[in-house]
Amino acid sequence: MSHLDVAPGALAPRESRTVPRLLIGLALVMTALFVVVPLVYIFHRAFAAGWGVFVRNILEPGTLHAIWLTALVALITVPLNIGFGVAAAWALSRFEFRGRKTLLTLIEIPFSISPIIAGICYLLLYGRTGLLGPWLNEMDIKILFAVPGIVLVTMFVTSPFVVREVLPLMQAQGSEQEQAAVTLGASGWQIFRRVTLPNIRWALLYGAVLCSARAVGEFGGVSVVSGSIRGQTLTLPLQIELLFNDLNTVGAFAAASVLTLLALVVLVLKTVMEARR
Amino acid sequence: MTITIAHLTRRFGETEVLRGIDLSVEKGELVALLGPSGSGKTTLLKIIAGLDWPDAGVLEVNGEDWLQKKAQDRRIGFVFQNYALFPHMTVRDNIAFGLTVRPRDTRPAPAAIAGKVTELLQFLQIPQLADRFPAELSGGQRQRVALGRAMAIAPELLLLDEPFGALDAQVRRDLRRWLREVLQQAGSTTIFVTHDQEEAFELADRVVVMGAGRIEQVGRPEEIHDHPATPFVARFLGMTVELPVTLHAGRAGAPGLDTASLPRVAMADGPAMLFLRPTDITPVPDPQGRFTVADVTSTGALLRLRLKDDLTSAEPEIEIARRLAPPLRAGARIHLRPEAGRLFPATAGIPPAVAPAIKALKESSL
Ligand SMILES: Nc1ncnc2c1ncn2[C@@H]1O[C@H](COP(=O)(O)OP(=O)(O)O)[C@@H](O)[C@H]1O
Ligand SMILES: [Mg+2]
Repeated sequence: MSHLDVAPGALAPRESRTVPRLLIGLALVMTALFVVVPLVYIFHRAFAAGWGVFVRNILEPGTLHAIWLTALVALITVPLNIGFGVAAAWALSRFEFRGRKTLLTLIEIPFSISPIIAGICYLLLYGRTGLLGPWLNEMDIKILFAVPGIVLVTMFVTSPFVVREVLPLMQAQGSEQEQAAVTLGASGWQIFRRVTLPNIRWALLYGAVLCSARAVGEFGGVSVVSGSIRGQTLTLPLQIELLFNDLNTVGAFAAASVLTLLALVVLVLKTVMEARR
Repeated sequence: MTITIAHLTRRFGETEVLRGIDLSVEKGELVALLGPSGSGKTTLLKIIAGLDWPDAGVLEVNGEDWLQKKAQDRRIGFVFQNYALFPHMTVRDNIAFGLTVRPRDTRPAPAAIAGKVTELLQFLQIPQLADRFPAELSGGQRQRVALGRAMAIAPELLLLDEPFGALDAQVRRDLRRWLREVLQQAGSTTIFVTHDQEEAFELADRVVVMGAGRIEQVGRPEEIHDHPATPFVARFLGMTVELPVTLHAGRAGAPGLDTASLPRVAMADGPAMLFLRPTDITPVPDPQGRFTVADVTSTGALLRLRLKDDLTSAEPEIEIARRLAPPLRAGARIHLRPEAGRLFPATAGIPPAVAPAIKALKESSL
């Protein structure tokens, strides 16, 4: 391993390159087979019948609504998770308090639990016969099979992303800069805005990008609480499944290509940010 | 700015880090807190700054209770051991920070802030660094910037934590001289922390020796150097050779020791412990001597002799200028002539509270 990442000088002994080349070749072939080909195929199928058909499929009211709903869910959940993530990272890295360890573990739970379980929990909690169901019914608040339910489940699923990026950085940096700012007379808000935030900005953006990707792509949890009401509670992933089940392959691939495009944008952003982090 | 500290204690869980600190610092004084790592120096400094809070005790400044005052309002200048500069700001913005965060009604105009920063950059002899970022500076330059940032708010009290800790030996020595001049010109009351006695003695008006959360001795540098108050201070200041002696009419004596050069002391007759610096001992060749030379190494200027004490089977190490050394080889027998040293009653021993610090000291010097 190590001898591969140093540039050999002119006098370095020449080693046989056969094995490294073989391994690199294998990695490339596998990546192409399992990642690149399916991705390219999505776009190929989406455009198979030409641009006009593609655009018509995207503009189909159900799909358009799904795109809008997905964007709405992401626009609500991502800022909320940024706020939650920064607050949690701040508390966990700067203070010793009772239940700190527990909080650290709890924050990771959405990563290890299948999203569908989150969905079912919300169903049991807010459903008609659930714990809060009768009360919600009385107050005429609709959570399940409506946008609030979708937002709640998405928040659950995406909640660890920002903390996970920001917390290790804040722990590594320690609080000395903030303490220096305190002795210089800065208020809490000034310290956050002028010292803490600039130090974590790339990690924060990176976490936000990962969070957005997940919010847009979430399927399992959302499918439980959305109720799949056409033109009302279908997010893009659910809409794609519906189109498939309707045997509308071109429509499904068109919608899928939109989702894939979003993912590729995220990937590019992520790569750029990784370099700056 | 007169600081009065009394009975200050601080514990973290089970560990008592400060065990009753009493200290007062006068206006304009330059005081060094000297002690081995882990003795609580940084903790004391942070409590004075308002970055940490004691469990009990008094901290008064000019008669005002500072434990009722937030760090923001204390207006002290604190220089951290690793400087803690803001990496995303230029040197100029780092130094200006304390002025730009003032509430609007007391904040100087931008032009006044810029003027003040330029003045400080001149004063610290770093005007050419104004637009650089901390990552582009050397250790010594960072230290100057950190000092400038602390001085920008015109603090009456400057607190420096190991100001030279992160620098290499030559830079340390140069900066020490420079810092003393800067502090003299600025005229502020200063407390700085160090574990290096040379640094403390060269810079400070008064040195406070700390060990395991207690103040062991306070005094002028020469006073502490010549008359360490406790065995702990003696060991910490390099009196690493300890020989059991018997006191008789104020004179120390022991077989194999020529103690004629030691002054008489006002101590009761009986067993005592003689503490010596390795360089304050002259080896004298003597076929009947109590000590055997185990081996001889040269550091260039000095010869270092590891001895074997036939009486106690201890292995003291002594040093002598190579030019003055008698011809000595491993296996030679000698007796010792201490030129200066410090006597402590043998019965007193080491107070249990100090023992962990000494252990830490030994470990850190390995
Ligand atoms: N926040 C803290 N929590 C627990 N222990 C601490 C904390 N700060 C310091 N200590 C302990 O207090 C002791 C003294 O620390 P410190 O004041 O930094 O010593 P010094 O500066 O003399 O090296 C050390 O044993 C250290 O481990
Ligand atoms: Mg320290």
